[in-house]
Amino acid sequence: MNISVELNTLDELHIKGIIGGEIDAFTAPILREKLSDITLLEKIHVELNLTDVSYMDSTGLGVFVGFYKSVTAANGHLELTGLSSRLKRLFDITGLVEIMDIQATDKEVKIDETV
Amino acid sequence: MPQEFKRQYKEILEQYTLRQTEHNLYEGQNISRQLIQKNISPEEVISIHKASLEEILPELPNDVWHSFDLLIEVMIRYGLALKEHEALIQKQENFRMEMELAANVQQTLLKTKVPDMLDLDIGMISVPAKEMNGDYTHFLHDDTTVGIAVADVIGKGIPAALCMSMIKYGMDSLNGAETEPTIVLDVINRIVEKSVSDSMFISMFYGTYDTSKSLFTYASAGHEPPLFYCAESNSFSELQAKGLLLGVISNVKYEQHSISLEKDDFIVMMTDGVTECRSKDGFIDQNTVMDIIESVRDQSAQDMVEYVFHKLEELQEFEQRDDFTLVIFKKK
Repeated sequence: MNISVELNTLDELHIKGIIGGEIDAFTAPILREKLSDITLLEKIHVELNLTDVSYMDSTGLGVFVGFYKSVTAANGHLELTGLSSRLKRLFDITGLVEIMDIQATDKEVKIDETV
Repeated sequence: MPQEFKRQYKEILEQYTLRQTEHNLYEGQNISRQLIQKNISPEEVISIHKASLEEILPELPNDVWHSFDLLIEVMIRYGLALKEHEALIQKQENFRMEMELAANVQQTLLKTKVPDMLDLDIGMISVPAKEMNGDYTHFLHDDTTVGIAVADVIGKGIPAALCMSMIKYGMDSLNGAETEPTIVLDVINRIVEKSVSDSMFISMFYGTYDTSKSLFTYASAGHEPPLFYCAESNSFSELQAKGLLLGVISNVKYEQHSISLEKDDFIVMMTDGVTECRSKDGFIDQNTVMDIIESVRDQSAQDMVEYVFHKLEELQEFEQRDDFTLVIFKKK
């Protein structure tokens, strides 16, 4: 069970983060803590790339929603990029895709809705 | 009591100063276990050592005796640390007991009775991964209608459990089983949004089945879509309904849909503990879950949910990572 969180400050209003590994009940607190280190200045733009996230459960989802609320409260913008179809499905089901800026991975994987 | 240890210790020390054998060393290990059990502190052990040595080798120079006094002083902190450690263990045991008690209270408080309906066979299973269940199921019913809420609090443990009392409170304030699903979700969303912290959210599905029309009407707040099994075509489909998780924003539009059930059709409602099952070879995908359900489609709804739980438990090698809830509505 591993997680890597790398945050790069491009300038004080632009943060680009790269997250990798598994986000579950064990690693979510690490992610939450790292994200809480970001100073949320007015109009901040945060992009988090999740290409290398191999697994995420609802606890991980909770961390992103919490962070989204804080960024939005600061009039900022949060963008999640590089989501695999499995991760994207979580944001689809929970309706979060309607309010958050979610970008699936470049290879547009169509979600299997035929059952 | 220390007298007894003094005598024993002296004997062991005497033996060991005479012959440095493995056996004599082992005796030392044994007595250390007893010393710990009897709460004898490290500095006391050194005092006993010093006293015993005075009797065995009285001719040792004074410097050596002084050095023991220093060692005793040095060990006092260790003795205190040991006491703290014991106090912590005791505290932890108290917490564990309180947790157990809280879990019992939760079960009693949130208990829901599976209603007995003429036209509908209902099966339900809900198994927590830890002491406290973060999944919540609640039934409302009258003679012809049964309402079912399946919710999953994101976040686990005690905060999640407390959160569920809020859902129950919301449900109790409703006007019975016939309330429209979108209204149910809207009411509870408003309660949750006002009162819950920023990183706690609830996904919830609410459906109501009218036995007089064999019609199932449902809405979802970001919850895992239920599966609908059609007996005639022997196939599954997902019951999709758009809607945001509870507690994120206050004004949410929930979609509402209906589906009619024919004889032997059934609806499978679940939490992500069912769909996010992982075995050592990776995820257990939805098709596997559907195959398992289909293989027992002729059994009663209760037998079905129990079978699916045991089968998935087996596939996960009995390591349940998340709370698991499964409810089946099957038209008789």
